[in-house]
Amino acid sequence: MTTNGPRGYRPGLVDLATGQISREIFVNDDIYAEEQERVFARSWLFVGHESQIPNPGDFFVSRMGEESVILCRDRAGAVHVFLNSCRHRGMKVCRYDDGNTTVFTCPYHGWSYGTDGALVGVPYFREAYHSALDKARWGLVEVAQMCAYKGTVWANWDAAAPPFLEYLGEFRRFLDLILDGWDGREGQAELLGGVQKWLIPCNWKFPAENFSGDSYHNISHRSVDLVGVGPSGKSRRDYGELDVARKLHVAIPDRGHQTITYVLPSGHQPQPAYQNSPEVAEYFRHCEEERRRRPGANSRLIGAPGEIFPNLALLPRQPRTLAVWHPKGAHQTEVWRFFFVDRDAPAAVKNFLRDYYIRYSGPAGMTEQDDMENWNYAHAASRGVIARRYPYTYEMGLGHAVENYEWEGLLLPGRVVDLTAAQASEEPMRNLYRRWAEFMEADSWDELMTWRRNAPREAVAAK
Amino acid sequence: MSDDRLARVLLTHEVAEFLYAEAELLDERHYDEWLALLADDIRYWMPMRRNVKYGEAAREFTREQADIAWFDEGKETLTRRVRQIQTGIHWAEEPQSRIAHFVSNVQLIEATPSVADAQEVAAKCRFLVYRNRVETETDLLIGKREDTLRRSGNGWLVARRKIILDQNVLMSKNLTFFF
Ligand code: FES
Ligand SMILES: [Fe+2]
Repeated sequence: MTTNGPRGYRPGLVDLATGQISREIFVNDDIYAEEQERVFARSWLFVGHESQIPNPGDFFVSRMGEESVILCRDRAGAVHVFLNSCRHRGMKVCRYDDGNTTVFTCPYHGWSYGTDGALVGVPYFREAYHSALDKARWGLVEVAQMCAYKGTVWANWDAAAPPFLEYLGEFRRFLDLILDGWDGREGQAELLGGVQKWLIPCNWKFPAENFSGDSYHNISHRSVDLVGVGPSGKSRRDYGELDVARKLHVAIPDRGHQTITYVLPSGHQPQPAYQNSPEVAEYFRHCEEERRRRPGANSRLIGAPGEIFPNLALLPRQPRTLAVWHPKGAHQTEVWRFFFVDRDAPAAVKNFLRDYYIRYSGPAGMTEQDDMENWNYAHAASRGVIARRYPYTYEMGLGHAVENYEWEGLLLPGRVVDLTAAQASEEPMRNLYRRWAEFMEADSWDELMTWRRNAPREAVAAK
Repeated sequence: MSDDRLARVLLTHEVAEFLYAEAELLDERHYDEWLALLADDIRYWMPMRRNVKYGEAAREFTREQADIAWFDEGKETLTRRVRQIQTGIHWAEEPQSRIAHFVSNVQLIEATPSVADAQEVAAKCRFLVYRNRVETETDLLIGKREDTLRRSGNGWLVARRKIILDQNVLMSKNLTFFF
């Protein structure tokens, strides 16, 4: 099994015909280094939320892959994403997590940059530089593309990448499940204050594939199910309506995005949920009714864990969060978890949800703790020279996905596996690694925009 | 020594002994006995910390009962955490971690209604929590605690605990243990 050569990935390391993937792609430092170039420097990455920078001069320091970036709003109100590194000798120009400023002044030799990235101050410009330095050329490095979508901000270092919404493709409706209000109104998600940041000793792809839709690992959460942290005091989540729903894996081929989702039967009435608090139960009952009145098929979809290629996980429902799996070397991941509520929800509802979110998710989350133990030791036990000889199997449900899946009048995009009886499949993981292998092989975005070749009309429709 | 100063020494000592005994229960994994030392209305809060500009100290911590935190909960959830460990299948604590709590710098901040007849006490201390698990996995968590203790019979109950961890990005993969 070769680890060299850009063409070796698909046949040697990611074998989708048999559903076998080499452990090398998780533990090999050379592959990791190449992945930084080929995946992270070319993909659309989640950077933050506009509500973190409401006013001119506001900034939030984020990450894109291994690198620190500054998300900020300039004096004219325009949003930018800059590499957080001085053009002179590379010093980090901002070491705060967030705040408001008029300039970013480099601590090393004192160059200063405006919130629009322009180099505005150079000590001894006349004396030492003899006024010769072309300041216009030495502003902060800005991303090639940026997109704000329903409050979320995304950025890409590659000018040749397609626009964000085209990159998202038909997965957009699943992202909408978290960004729209629970009553179906557009873009009502509000970010709660504070981003959880912590380290996990594993490759970033362990959490990425888990959130792609690992419905097979429920058993690892048995302890929390037994003690119950759900909003009704039982289990992990409220599952009432899921008794009548279809449970699906939806994988968007050519994009590498995938998710679990539940489809409600048409004409379904809201089920009791959040019974631990009458006020919260009433709020969600009201929202569920409103949602059903609105046009648009999403009223019949219930969100569940999903992953936008490469490293953004969404959990649209309980708890409602986005997580970014920032790579930090092949053997470590820095997670950033963002939590959302409906902007117009009563304070009591927001409080209730916040309490639930942090007892479920994050390092103190009674569910997520057990996930991290698995990822930690799965990674550790895959590093040895002997272990690396043995690939993982991803053959579960191979050949059982269908296209044009429809249930009671609702047509779903992508390749779908009906899990109602099957419980689990590895279609989402195969979809993730198919895309990953394509990125590792392709020399340019032209090769990666397969949908433009296959169906030119789709690209136009997505714009 | 004046009566008042003596009462203060005795009370500080009593508080410190209580905190040591509490740590002992945790380190010995006597979780049910530890839970019995928590008031039914306890607030157990561990905010997250931001890097902020000098002069913006108010923004350094996430806000209690408003923002996200590492912990922000009451006795019910703490009890569920103990029960989860006791299932024997909480994989993040199975096999169980080896944990040692160090409590130091105990300071008496306030006693009500008086030092001599304290029914409620506010105390500060430093903590060092050492966690070692499985083979070589090791975490060191260091910070400050602000506790409110309430007199109950002959002893004390923890009525409030604010945990200030001196970290920004949490350098441990999880927080399956108590502070
Ligand atoms: S490194 Fe920033 S001014 Fe020199
Ligand atoms: Fe999980």
